[in-house]
Amino acid sequence: MFALNNRRGVMLACLAPAAAFFFAFWLLPFARLITLPAEQGWSAYFDILTERRYVASMFNTLVLSIIVTVATLVIGAATGVYLARHDFRGRSALLSLLTLPLAFPGVIVGFFVILLGGRQGLIADLSHAMGFGRVTFAYGLLGLFLAYVYFSLPRAIASYTAAAEAVDMQLEEAARMLGASRWHLTRDVWIPQLAPTTVACGAIIFATAMGAFGTAFTLASKVEVVPITIYNEFTNYANFATAAALSIALGIITWAVLFAARMVSGASPANQEAK
Amino acid sequence: MKPPRVHRAPILFTVTVLVALFMIGPMLVSILAGLVQNYSVGIASGFTLRWLDEVWSVYGSTVGASIGLALACVVCTIVMGVPCAYALARSRSRAARAFEELITLPVAVPGLATALALILAYGGTTTFRQSFAFILVGHVVFTLPFMVRTVSSAFQRHDLLAMEEAARTLGASFPQRFLGVLVPAVLPSIVAGTLMVFTLSIGEFNLTWMLHTPLTRTLPVGLADSYASMRIEIGSAYTLVFFIVILPTLWILQAASSFVQKRYAT
Repeated sequence: MFALNNRRGVMLACLAPAAAFFFAFWLLPFARLITLPAEQGWSAYFDILTERRYVASMFNTLVLSIIVTVATLVIGAATGVYLARHDFRGRSALLSLLTLPLAFPGVIVGFFVILLGGRQGLIADLSHAMGFGRVTFAYGLLGLFLAYVYFSLPRAIASYTAAAEAVDMQLEEAARMLGASRWHLTRDVWIPQLAPTTVACGAIIFATAMGAFGTAFTLASKVEVVPITIYNEFTNYANFATAAALSIALGIITWAVLFAARMVSGASPANQEAK
Repeated sequence: MKPPRVHRAPILFTVTVLVALFMIGPMLVSILAGLVQNYSVGIASGFTLRWLDEVWSVYGSTVGASIGLALACVVCTIVMGVPCAYALARSRSRAARAFEELITLPVAVPGLATALALILAYGGTTTFRQSFAFILVGHVVFTLPFMVRTVSSAFQRHDLLAMEEAARTLGASFPQRFLGVLVPAVLPSIVAGTLMVFTLSIGEFNLTWMLHTPLTRTLPVGLADSYASMRIEIGSAYTLVFFIVILPTLWILQAASSFVQKRYAT
């Protein structure tokens, strides 16, 4: 046990189990994932940049994730600011109900949208009763958008509520006294004050939306997103090299966005959960 | 800390009400849908527990599997993550920062990619591939950074350095100092990490769907299966089972966390 008396030895002994585990079950497998497409002469990496189907899937996913991120940040900020500044009965209960979906797997969120906008959904029943036929939106872009916003909002609401509670109210009072309008107040006080939250939270929401698999899987959406493409290539076509290349591409995008946001705001990616 | 004066905010109020309806409405609809005789008829068809019964007989085993898996995941992340968090908190070297960055990668990269990598590397080892250990490994890789980050920031407190130093001058060996002084001091963070790891593991789908076999199914995997192949009432009843499992566990863990926080707060 004399090694434990030496500080360096202690540090290494502390790191060893986690390092060994990580090496065996992530680093090594991931190295295999990166080199697998290379066995066919790197053409798989070239394919995902040129093949129409993969490019379209990547484009869908990027556009969807960007729109979801922007929408979630705007709605989440409005809700967060309201909840931070108003006290009412049941406020904390409401806040915990609104953040509860953080613990839901993505498949449940997909199912919620089917319950609302699916063939047997509430909206279909309502529209049928009003004589418009059975309106369904669960299986298209709108369904995907609503589901993604659903699982992203709890994080935005939690972050913005916490951030808005910490904002100095005197700033707003001063601006009001100087006659600032509601719009000026938003632009000159709230948006700059909440900017760090917007960057950190926005990056996490974007990365989660890019990698979301369960939700799109449950919705069996007509719009194909990259995680579904990867899954199909792997399971249905046994096209391992393409699946690997697409996973790497997706991984690089999400990692880069999170890393950039961290450079700007200093937040940790370990605040993120996958859906 | 409430503001001195609250100004009327009609736009924010409207958005908040709509958000509350959008977030809470689907939960209520799904709970009701799992308890009515017939979803397309609605509440008028009367209430029943028969869908819950059916879920229990088809998917009952997934509940125990998921809870067991989440507990095992918590144990693994504590055993490997707490010493690792300590070493990372005490070292300012670039290698330590790089290592911290590295072990956070499974969170930054989509779960599907990690699952694919694990299958490509270990899919051939049949016994491992077909056991719950395969899913556990995936969950631990994904949740370890959450435990390490949470506990590591607690280890960085300045008073802890002094406490550790005092124990050392009194002749305590490293294991004595670690288990007797350091771990109790960061217990609130370990509990917070446990809460995070448990919730993440029990709801994990992206990795698990790729790693599972017909004999190793977890709750979210069963949910996806029921949504795809069962009637809507059964899917709803199963979702209700998920709520019944997750809510009390979250409450218990949260209560434990606030208890520990009060008791060990310095």
